[in-house]
Amino acid sequence: MRGHLAGRLLQVIPTILVVSILVFALQQLMPGDPAVVLAGEERGDPVVLAQIRAELWLDRSLPVQYLHWIGGVLRGDLGFSWRIRQPIVELVLTKLPVTLQLAGMAFVIAMCIGVPAGILSATYRNRPLDYIANLIGLAGLSTPNFWLGIMLILLVSVQLGWLPPSGYVPLAEDWRQSLATTIMPAFVLGNAIAAILMRHTRSAMLTALDQDYVRTARAKGLRERTVVLRHAFRNALVPVVTLGALELGTLLSGAVLTEQVFSIPGFGKLVVDAVFNRDYPVVQGVVLVTAGLFILLNLLADVLYVVINPRLRTA
Amino acid sequence: MRRLLLATACTALLAQAAGAQTLRVALREDADILDPTLARTYVGRIVFTAMCDKLFDINEKLEIVPQLATGYELTDPTTLVIRLRAGVKFHDGTDLDAAAVKYSLERHVTLQGSFRRSELNAMDRVEVVDPLTVRIVLKTPSSPFVAQLADRSGMIVSPKAAEAAGKDFGLRPVCAGPFQFKERVPQDRIVLDRFPGYWNADAIKLERVVYQPIPDSSIRLANLQAGSVDLVEYILPTDVDAVKKNARLRLSVTDYLGYQGMTFNVANGPRSKAPITSDARLRQAFELSLDRDALVQVVYAGLYTPTAQGVSPSSPYFIAEVKPPARDVAKAKALLKAAGVTLPVPVQMTVPNNPDLRQAAEVIQSMAAEAGFDVKITASEFASALEAEARGDYEVFVIAWSGRVDPDGNLYSFMHTGGALNTGKYSNPAVDKALDDARLTADPAKRRADYAALWQAVRQDLPIIYLWTQKNIAGMSAKVEGFRPMPDGMIRLQGVSLAK
Repeated sequence: MRGHLAGRLLQVIPTILVVSILVFALQQLMPGDPAVVLAGEERGDPVVLAQIRAELWLDRSLPVQYLHWIGGVLRGDLGFSWRIRQPIVELVLTKLPVTLQLAGMAFVIAMCIGVPAGILSATYRNRPLDYIANLIGLAGLSTPNFWLGIMLILLVSVQLGWLPPSGYVPLAEDWRQSLATTIMPAFVLGNAIAAILMRHTRSAMLTALDQDYVRTARAKGLRERTVVLRHAFRNALVPVVTLGALELGTLLSGAVLTEQVFSIPGFGKLVVDAVFNRDYPVVQGVVLVTAGLFILLNLLADVLYVVINPRLRTA
Repeated sequence: MRRLLLATACTALLAQAAGAQTLRVALREDADILDPTLARTYVGRIVFTAMCDKLFDINEKLEIVPQLATGYELTDPTTLVIRLRAGVKFHDGTDLDAAAVKYSLERHVTLQGSFRRSELNAMDRVEVVDPLTVRIVLKTPSSPFVAQLADRSGMIVSPKAAEAAGKDFGLRPVCAGPFQFKERVPQDRIVLDRFPGYWNADAIKLERVVYQPIPDSSIRLANLQAGSVDLVEYILPTDVDAVKKNARLRLSVTDYLGYQGMTFNVANGPRSKAPITSDARLRQAFELSLDRDALVQVVYAGLYTPTAQGVSPSSPYFIAEVKPPARDVAKAKALLKAAGVTLPVPVQMTVPNNPDLRQAAEVIQSMAAEAGFDVKITASEFASALEAEARGDYEVFVIAWSGRVDPDGNLYSFMHTGGALNTGKYSNPAVDKALDDARLTADPAKRRADYAALWQAVRQDLPIIYLWTQKNIAGMSAKVEGFRPMPDGMIRLQGVSLAK
């Protein structure tokens, strides 16, 4: 197990390196000259453009630019934002807690709705409860996030005045306000993932419930709840955990539309603004950190499989 | 223990009192760097207006009025003597004197990456006459120069703080405005606190101002309706009715300093060889096919003002006689016939990918079709469109300009031969002469005559078809008192308070 883990950890380095090259290279394909964007209404002045290019190393060759950047990264320096001049490490450290909180809350909401709904739907297969759960799941999957977000703001904030329509308050500053500002976006995000989780839990549970050991458990006279939760569900969990890790990873890379609608200053908003402003170091830095988080989450999922399924321990 | 409790209670009470006088302002996007020398964005200027006083300011009629200066005098056409207000302090407690003004103006010109350099390029040198007087020597007479000192170029920063911070000054700016920098969380908020040492402290009623970027216009409106912000600097024309109907909200509408236009690539590279870009008669026909009133009615609920010139109606240099022509499809067709082109005339139009501009382009497309133009619209992301424009890779580009106080800032670089933003490489000696003459004279009547001559030539050539002048549309809670609507759209906080 330890060897397996160490091996997986070692794989992280080349993966991150490949990601760094990819993100750097793909960015060059984006149309739009960053110097022109940065120059704003002074973009017609060639002196200003030349100055920007020289300062940001944009006048060097691409390999030189890459090495300059990756060299900094290896020393723990992700560079600074071209637009606001703030160090990217600082930016990431301010945004990370926001994204973690939002992703965490959305994930909990998704789990609390999706997994029980999936279990119920499978247990009551082809009965009204199953149909209702499916209908809700389908609605959750097919509702666009930004639409649901705007509708919720109009209903809950503007009409009822229960919650602030947008913005963010850090947990450490005022936890009540913090929850008030994040509960709606977390619900919007969680809702879509709940639907996916529900469908996967349902199909995994259906497979598990048809297995021989479940029939045996029932034949032994175990209570139905024990059969479903202890025997079938535990085995159905492996694909659910895989999916959960992937979805959490997606959440951590920033929920672009939702953050935009609710003005949540997380990774999604950061990276979208950076792309539109051609603030390359920010895009690179955030993608790199996100990739790292994604890889770590998958590693965590691997560990979880082993915890859930003892048969994997010897492997 | 009791003392501690009392102190805590007092602090809580004070915080509450402060909370009552905190103005929350929603901006359409996040500001860029908060250094007046390096900053570029419009919303950034809104934040600076509260934080960094300028040598001069403008009033409602776009006249130059004193701010940090008490007045100026042109001792000869190239020498400007500026007298400074006594007893002004920077946020770090140091004195604002002639040496600080010299330092700031020179910093605007010499700091690497400065965006003020082109605004101040008429300046030759700055001399300290005495602690409260500076002399600015210009390279050539320049009538737009003083107006530059009423914007970011006239913002004076603390030399001590600027020296210590270098290029990172924008992370903790120190100026001499009514509010001082407290904190910034990028894309979330910029917080400024009242500066007790402000020279005009009596005019400041607010304790704190918080700027929050909310890019989505409907969400900005929702925040205003829900009372989460007190003031929204820009409301969409189509949302104006919602604000008007709400008794708890107020609206402020003023003419914008800039314009929305269509720039034609008349002489830059192969794309200037298209029929519409190579023949002025076709552009005249194109203009005659447009009904600007209907256009702004459809897209902007009739709120914007149709125009045929690049100067704001609020400017003293706006020339009322230069009017957009009425739609005349028959005349447009006659012009096309006279030009001997085969119909339909193909036109490639690039539009920034905004919902309203796309809609406007579609309206233009259908209007022009009736006269015999086949307009193809390319909606392009803004940064890509700008790069293509700079390369001359466009026929017609639908692009706006945010506008400057002095008309020179709206015209010179777009239409003068070799002008920095003259991407279509338009060149007409009569236009160049009018622009140059208007720069050299300080006499307003003479300048108006120069600009009248300019429009005469430009209206024939149509390198730009001006479409409409936007409006500054701010929405605010009815609790906001003392707000002054200004043509530059900046939010001046002097005299602003929140009713209990």
